[in-house]
Order: sequence, then structure tokens, then C-alpha cells
Amino acid sequence: MLVHEYLEASARRSPHKLALVCDGQRLTYRELDEGANRLAHGLLAAGLLRGDRVAIWLPNSVEAVLAIYACLKAGGTFVVINATTKPDKLAYVLNNCQARCLFAPASRLAEVTSTLQNVPSLTLGILCGEDAPEADSDHSLISLGAMLATSPPERPTVRCIDLDLACLIYTSGSTGEPKGVMSTHANVSFAANAIISYLENVPDDIVINVLPLAFDYGLYQLLMTMTFGGTLVLERSFAYPAAVLKRIEEERVTGLPGVPTVYAMLLQMDLGRFDLSSLRYLTNTAAALPVEHIQRLRDAFPWARLYSMYGLTECKRTLYLPPEELDRRPGSVGIPIPGTEVWLENEDGRRLGPGEVGELVVRGSHVMQGYWQDAQATAQRYRPGRYPAERLLYTGDLFRADEEGFLYFVARKDDIIKTRGEKVAPKEVEAVLYRLPGVVEAAVIGVPDPLLGQSIKAFLVCAPDANLSERDVLRHCAQHLEDFAMPRQIMFRKELPKTESGKVQKRTLE
Amino acid sequence: MSTAAKLETQIRSYILENFLYTSDVSKLRNDDSFLEEGILDSTGILELLMFVEETFGVQVDDEEVIPENFDSVDRLMRYILQKTGEAAPHAGT
Repeated sequence: MLVHEYLEASARRSPHKLALVCDGQRLTYRELDEGANRLAHGLLAAGLLRGDRVAIWLPNSVEAVLAIYACLKAGGTFVVINATTKPDKLAYVLNNCQARCLFAPASRLAEVTSTLQNVPSLTLGILCGEDAPEADSDHSLISLGAMLATSPPERPTVRCIDLDLACLIYTSGSTGEPKGVMSTHANVSFAANAIISYLENVPDDIVINVLPLAFDYGLYQLLMTMTFGGTLVLERSFAYPAAVLKRIEEERVTGLPGVPTVYAMLLQMDLGRFDLSSLRYLTNTAAALPVEHIQRLRDAFPWARLYSMYGLTECKRTLYLPPEELDRRPGSVGIPIPGTEVWLENEDGRRLGPGEVGELVVRGSHVMQGYWQDAQATAQRYRPGRYPAERLLYTGDLFRADEEGFLYFVARKDDIIKTRGEKVAPKEVEAVLYRLPGVVEAAVIGVPDPLLGQSIKAFLVCAPDANLSERDVLRHCAQHLEDFAMPRQIMFRKELPKTESGKVQKRTLE
Repeated sequence: MSTAAKLETQIRSYILENFLYTSDVSKLRNDDSFLEEGILDSTGILELLMFVEETFGVQVDDEEVIPENFDSVDRLMRYILQKTGEAAPHAGT
């Protein structure tokens, strides 16, 4: 089935059921489905062709949800971009995927106008929000409201099959440039259904999502909930934890997906002041929860099931620990998701047994198609499998297994920093630092942080006459990096430690 | 300088210095939403909370850390004035 057909099936089954709660709005399945149909007709009328990329640079919002499903219904491939992504990186991603349309907030009109000039493939900007002008004279800008108003609510004719791309999800790689993971409708549907099966989701589930839709973990909360016909409570972020807890109480939320930073913030609060008894399960992924936090979460939510999980965008989700195993193996992230298999290999390609440390290799229908227009990076991660059309995913993460096959994360093979659940490539931050006049050398590392998991620390060598302050550096970074990729500490050095071949010895930096 | 004017200056210079990395006062309007404008992120709100507690000696309850009290210079000023003075603060929706 195609990804949007699950939404359509839920809308046929229970048209009046509440599908989405967001920003004071409450949409039923029929309202959501019809809204997406209207917008899909608008995209088609604007000339969107099968497979064209539609970029969505919006915060979590009703508009973002409509844009995702409208793109799919129109036969396009959606690309959600973090709302805090700065214009230069936005232009990079849009040029990389040759986006045809861009959804953006009306308040970002100036950035959209300049992006239309910097991205030749881009022909249409769709502005969302109350202040959006209806349309401009050369038809390169239109408001979402105008698009919805002029289109019929019927479903457009389906033009793609499940081997077509549903989305590109951009993720940081060690090279520093973000890469778009190509996900077909079949990949997304398989992964979503496998996760639904082990979480035992039912239509009565009400899931709250505080994670960005640009992050696959956040995006799949939407896709999964529409698939099993539940209700999604979509929050802008977790910036105001008390407001989120209140929402859990008011909406009787049953599912809370979080990352370690979310749980660390929750555990600092007096949870007894909220009625959180509706929660049936909590999930964690993106980085491991400290075992102490697992115990404290279980004490705080004894009635809820806690799932420790592991995954990467390249195959969405890989492993989950059945909650009943948590007492016996609190440090494990479990077993392969249903319908898939994994094993550990050493550098020579030999499969390893219990206790041995090796790279995790993944096999299953959730293994995505590779990186958009990057054959070299694709060949490194995705290698031939047993049958001609099959590929295996080499995760780049080192694990060990116990006697019963439960897996334990050991380390990453590359230097990617995991902060607040997001991946940040040191090279990307270093490249931004090098663009600041006066910076001679830059090295970026992740250091342990109780709240963020890892925080970003930058070491700089500046030209003698540069006279750069910490504030100058941070201001420059804030103009080019997403908020999660911002360095927390800037250290000035006369020189950086080097190997004999002249490479910066990051291990000795701290 | 009145209490309110002093408070405004303190909040504004803290936000400008620590989140916008500038002394250019034109970069921040008092009604700019910290989150909508990307001035603060979720960990930024935590830092702001610590600043408020330490600088103004205010005890902030978890339930009070909501956009109505924290999401702009104006809102924060109103909240702090209420906490240190007369009326009851906004206690959530």
C-alpha cells in the first residue's frame, strides 16, 4: 500500500474520528484527508509531476501535516526540513534534491524570495500562516489558503506505485554534508507497520509528538498514527515541558515518544502534579537512556511500558527491547524489529558470536534505497545482499550480543556527535567555523552532557590579528547552524595537537 | 530608572548577549516570540529559567514555565513583575 492510502483507509473507516490536535485546532480524519486532497489538486495544478520533490520548511503544524499528505497524494516525494535550518543550508538541501515546491511560513517571505533565486529548480513557494499574501504577479508565490480554497476535496487519481519514493529524509554524514535517505512507499509502509506491531498500537491510542517532523522519529509518529487510525497530538516542541504534560493530561494521551534529553527534563520536574495515568507506553531512541534514568522513569510511570529502541534513518528503526526484558537487561536495545534480521560482522566480513564486538548489519524491507544522488556514500553503507536486487545496511555502529541474541550498543565507528537526539557532523560545524574570517584552524568534538547526551565543543586557532571573541564566533554560528548544532563552548588555542601526518588529534582535546 | 525599565534592560541585554550574541538592540523587539523567531530553543528556555531565578530571586514553579509567561520580553517582564509584586502569575491554560 502507498503511505497516504493508510490515511485514506482510516478516513473511510472512521471519518468523524479525531485525527489531529495541533495548535488549538482539532481535525477529524475526513477533514484532514479532504484538506490534503485539496492541497494535492493545488500542487497538480501548479505543475507538480510524479516524483517531483516538495520541500516542507515548517515547524510542526497542521499545515506541515497537510503538505506531507498532499505531496504524496499528488505523486510527489516530500522532504521535511527543520524549521530552524538557516537559508544557506536550506538552499543546499533544495539544490541537492532539486526541489520543485517549497512550503514555508509567511513570516519567512524574505528568505523564500531569496531561496527562489538561489535554487533554479524551485518554481513555487507556498506560504503558510495568516499574513500570507494570496499570490504574486509572476505566480512564483501563493498562499496555502488560496490553494485550499480553489481546489476540490476529492482524492486525485493515484499516479505512483510503492516502488516510488515517498520521501527523502536528510541526515548528517561524517563528510559534513547532509545526505537525503531515499525511502520508497514500500519501505515506509513496512517500517511503520513493523513498529505499530510491537508497540501494539490500536485506534484508541492517542500519541503526543514533541519531536520535529524533519526527524524520522517525529515524522513516523504522524505516519504511524494515521495508519492505525489513532489520534496525534502534535506539539511545536518540548520547550515548555509543563505545557506538554498538561496536554497529556487534557487529551488523555497514551503514547509518549521521547529522546534522552526529553526524559532528562521530565525527571527534573515534579511529575506528581500532573495526572499522567493515561500513558500506556513511553519510547526512547536516538541515543541510549542512562540505566539510572530507565529505573527512575519506571518508578515515575509504573503503569506504563517503556521501550528502549535503536535505529538510524537509513532503515528507520532497527532494534527494540520488549519491555518485559527491561529488568533482566536494562542496558540492551533489544532484538530486530518484526520481519527483519541483523547480525554482527568484523572487518573481514566474518559473522561474530555472543560477546564479540562488531558492526551491526541489517537485512529487511525497511532497508532504504540509499542516498539521493550520492553513489559513493550509498556504496559504503548499502552493500549487496543475498539476492540480486537486495541490499544490506552496514550501520557503522559497533554492538555486542548476549547469549540469547539481545544487542548492546558499544560505540560509533565515525565521529558523529549525538546531541539532543540529533546527529551533528563535526565537519559541518568546522566548515561553518572556517568561514569566519580570522579562523585558522577549527576542531569540533562532542563532550558528555547530562541533559544533551553530548554537547558540542569547538577549539579554534585564530590569526594573530583576528581579535575574535567567543560572542563573535557564536553569532556567526547562529547564522549558519540549526539550534541543536550550535557549539556550547568555544575554546581558543595557540595550536591544536597533531599527528605526524598533520591530522588534528581529537582524542587529546577536551 | 523605574523598576520596570530596569527589568526590561536586564532581560533584553541577557537575551541579546546570550542568544543573539550582539549588543545591537534593534535585533530584538519586546513582542518577538522567542520560539517562533528561533531566538531560543528548548534548552534555551531552561537557561532563561535559571537566569530568572538567579537574577530576580524568583521561585519559578514548573507549571509557570509556559509560553504565556516566558515567550517574549514583554511576557517575561509581566510575569516577573507579578511574581515580585502584586497580581498572581499566569498559572497555565
